[in-house]
Amino acid sequence: MTYQGLDSSVPVPVNVAPGAAILRRGAVRAGAALRRYGLLAGFLAAWQIGATGGWINPTVFPPLDAILAALLQGLSGGALIDDIAISLQRSGLAFAAAVAIGIPLGLFMGQIRAVEQALDPILQFFRQTSALALYPVFILLLGLGEASKVFVIFWATLFPILLATIGGVKEVDRKLIEMAATFGAGRATIFRRVVLPASVPSIFVGLRLSATTALLLLIAAEMIGANKGLGFQVMNAQYNFQIPQMFAAILLLALLGLTANAALVALQRRLCRWAELSSR
Amino acid sequence: MSVVEHSRRGEVTVRDLSKSFALNGQRLDVLRDLQLEVRGGEALAIVGPSGCGKTTLLRVLAGLEQPDRGEILIDGHPVQGVGTERAIIFQEPRLLPWLTVLGNVAFGLTVRGLPADRAEARARHYIRLVGLAAFEKAYPRQLSGGMAQRVGIARALTVQPGILLLDEPLGALDAMTKLTMQEELARIWREEKVTMILVTHDLEEAIFLADRVLMLPNERGSQPRLIDIRLPRPRDRSEPDFVAMRRRLMAEFGLH
Ligand SMILES: Nc1ncnc2c1ncn2[C@@H]1O[C@H](COP(=O)(O)OP(=O)(O)O)[C@@H](O)[C@H]1O
Ligand SMILES: [Mg+2]
Repeated sequence: MTYQGLDSSVPVPVNVAPGAAILRRGAVRAGAALRRYGLLAGFLAAWQIGATGGWINPTVFPPLDAILAALLQGLSGGALIDDIAISLQRSGLAFAAAVAIGIPLGLFMGQIRAVEQALDPILQFFRQTSALALYPVFILLLGLGEASKVFVIFWATLFPILLATIGGVKEVDRKLIEMAATFGAGRATIFRRVVLPASVPSIFVGLRLSATTALLLLIAAEMIGANKGLGFQVMNAQYNFQIPQMFAAILLLALLGLTANAALVALQRRLCRWAELSSR
Repeated sequence: MSVVEHSRRGEVTVRDLSKSFALNGQRLDVLRDLQLEVRGGEALAIVGPSGCGKTTLLRVLAGLEQPDRGEILIDGHPVQGVGTERAIIFQEPRLLPWLTVLGNVAFGLTVRGLPADRAEARARHYIRLVGLAAFEKAYPRQLSGGMAQRVGIARALTVQPGILLLDEPLGALDAMTKLTMQEELARIWREEKVTMILVTHDLEEAIFLADRVLMLPNERGSQPRLIDIRLPRPRDRSEPDFVAMRRRLMAEFGLH
């Protein structure tokens, strides 16, 4: 079975004991896990041993068990739950708005040459202007409340999605479009059956980039003018010298990013199975 | 022309066809006052040196290119643009990578609004015809070049065109696959009774498949020539008559 999985044309030696095969497969898996996570595990172990043994300053790098304890306490006490909820709400709202506007707008702009050409200079200009630099402007316009925070995240996440979608539409193989036309497909049909599916992989590149950006801007916005949220908790804990609590919030932010990326990758796998086949 | 020939479907008439391109600010006459009659159900091969306008002629016939002058008539009626009675097979298979073989072959019908189940039923028939029944669920990336090209052929056949236009469909295949595919094209043409207009740069392929060969010249002065291939079918490449015909065509090309 193990060999067949690799190449069905290779004859399988039948005299391999099943127990040995299972052992070998287990060893292969363990080896792969070690290669992938070995360095991370080593880093964490060094941190823990260094902090408890006093080789690194435990007030700046508290031992991992202290961080985990702070995390569990924050979660069970409900204090961190509120922060997670508000952070998720801000970034989720902004990301959803960027998707809802960026993808349709990108599909439209990529299709119509004149529109794309007219808007491209503005787009490039806005893209090069850091969203954080514009945050004070948004605060002036929208106040220091939720609206300006959500808007600055939205602004920063919009461009990766928009540009990736435009790029995807523009790069659709003209030959495929011509092929569809020879079967009598009109503009709308060509869009639905050729342009849209062909752009999906590129759109996902934009989505993943945007998700990362959303988190980055979330933290920045919460550090600048907020009294809730994970970004605020990082700053606040540091200010009050609650270093384990600070790392607990940082850890949560990292997990949030990992989760968002994993969800997008899973969705991409489902929608782009055809593209996966080649890249493996 | 007899009445019987007129009642058959898939007749193509080309009248005074001219097509030029603007290339670096200069006018390039590719086709000049071309006249051509293709009988319904006939197999016509178009040969000629590279750049002589074979693809251009086929694209005009397909309706993908607008002629400068002249017209195309199908069964006596002038046509504009693409039409359901014609299907074109390109040199590359042009499959949609996100659709399976079945989805790709059914594509032409679903585009025309046929419900998926009926389109797929008909697609399965043609997938079997090109010998890919076992690969129905495969994606294009999992196919070899020859298999992908057969999917493209099945996709064109599925819409049941009266006229099949092929632009060097076997040009990118290796020699062995090419021979098999030529046999397959001959069989499909016989079974489907379509008019087949095939561009090729392979003289042997032209003789193997065609009733007549149209030779397009590349020099301005010379005229296109039509050569009848009166050989019994199924054809045998090693037969003396076949070999003699190949020698004759090569001589026409100035290769001997
Ligand atoms: N879209 C186009 N624009 C400009 N020139 C073209 C275009 N298509 C073809 N040509 C020119 O027309 C000539 C004939 O091309 P083509 O029909 O592709 O030749 P063939 O298929 O016989 O090799 C070539 O010289 C080519 O450069
Ligand atoms: Mg050509």
